[in-house]
Order: sequence, then C-alpha cells, then structure tokens
Amino acid sequence: MENTLEITGAIITLIGSIFLFLGSLGLVRMPDIYNRIQTGTKASTLGTILTLLGIALMNTDWFGKILLLMIFILITNPVSSHVLARAAHYIKSPLTKISVTDKLVDN
Amino acid sequence: MNIKNLSISFIILMVTWLLLNGNLEIITIISGIIISVLLAYIFCKKCDVFSNIKFTPKAFFYFIIYFFIFIVELIKSNFDVARRVLTPSLPIKPGIVEVKTKLKSKIGRIILANSITLTPGTLTIEMKEDRLYIHWIDVRNDDINEATKQIVQKFEKYLEVIYG
Repeated sequence: MENTLEITGAIITLIGSIFLFLGSLGLVRMPDIYNRIQTGTKASTLGTILTLLGIALMNTDWFGKILLLMIFILITNPVSSHVLARAAHYIKSPLTKISVTDKLVDN
Repeated sequence: MNIKNLSISFIILMVTWLLLNGNLEIITIISGIIISVLLAYIFCKKCDVFSNIKFTPKAFFYFIIYFFIFIVELIKSNFDVARRVLTPSLPIKPGIVEVKTKLKSKIGRIILANSITLTPGTLTIEMKEDRLYIHWIDVRNDDINEATKQIVQKFEKYLEVIYG
C-alpha cells in the first residue's frame, strides 16, 4: 500500500514536471511578452499543483500544508501574470507582428 | 461592524491555521481562535470584500459545479498550450479583444478575471468598469458580443448565482 502511494506520487510529480518543461519551452518559442506570459502562467499553475500533489501522496503527513500551498498558487499566479501583462501594455511593449487586433489601444 | 465579513475572514484564518499545524490538539485550537479573532477584527473591521457572497444551497451547489468546470478548463488549457508549443509552425493568432461582464460585485469580478487567465488561450490585461481587455492567443472573433459569448459566459452564469 505504501509502495503504491509512493509510485503514484512519483508519476504525478513527473507529469507535473513535464508540464513545467513545456511551459519553459513556450517561453523560448513564443514571439512576444503577452504570449510568453500566457504559456508561462498556465503551465506553471498546473505543473506546480501536480508536483505538489505528488509530494503530498508520497508524504501524507504534509497534506494540509501542501493543500495550503496549492490554494496559494491558484490564487496568486493569475494575479501576478495579470499585473505583469498590464505593466507591459502600459509601457507600450509591442505585440508581435501577426497580431490581429488591439482594442485596448483604440480606447 | 460587519458580522458577515468578520466571520468569513475568521473562518479563512482558522482553517489556514489548522492546516498549517496539522493537528487538532486543544492548545492549537484555543490559540488559533484567539489569534484569528484578533486578526479578523484588526484587519477586517471595515472591509466589504465578502459582502456579496450568498449562503444559499443553490449558491453552494453552483460553487461545486463551478469548481469542477474550472479544473476541467485548467487541464484543457494546459493541453492547449502543450499543443501550440510543440507544433513546429507555432499556430497562434494573437490579439487583444474587449469583452463585457454582467457581474457587479468586486470579488465576483476578481474571480472571473482570474478564471479567464487560467482558461485556454486567454489572459486578462486590463479591467475598466464592466469592460475586460483580454489577450487571446487565437482570436476567432473580435466583435465584443461574440467574444463575450465565447470567453466570459461559461463562468459568468455560475458566478452570478454565487456572488451577484
């Protein structure tokens, strides 16, 4: 039983780190800051949550604290990326050339 | 004095304290209650963030549904990101679109904006009154009504019941 939990936890942690890897690949491949923030936020949120969940399964004593960490990440991650994107738009960081529309500049 | 705000912040602080300690001994509970009451009183005497939350069975039921929809959207958005990043031609068509929301309360709008950020291909950039400006990685329609229908409404109908 203990062993099963440990293996399940390890697999979930691995899946989480794959998402984190894809997120960092997105940071390199995307053409402008807004698209980079997009891939960064989404992948890091689920990646970190899955990694923490895997750790919680391996060390069941830590479950309460890890649950707190997950909630904290779920609340703060979108807020921080929103603020970064807003600041980028405020200093007129350009959108990539293939962008189709920018309603925020028009108003 | 606002009993509803005080009690919600007390419950949040107390649950955080208990999770952080990870035991239910009497000394933990007593010190937790004292600290939570004090902190809730000092910092939430005049706050009105939680005023619009409704405590009806329907709101609770909708909260559960909303939570599951949110998790599904989060997982979908990760596969969406993975697909775009791994495709060699980088299939993106980005742009900033404008959408509007019917939500009135502060906390409802906060949660809507955060949910939009975590769902496939959208990122909230700016909010002016009832208008949200959203960076969309794959702009399908830049008309305000169509964009609202595709981005906002799947969350809005649940948040409207919970927060108004």
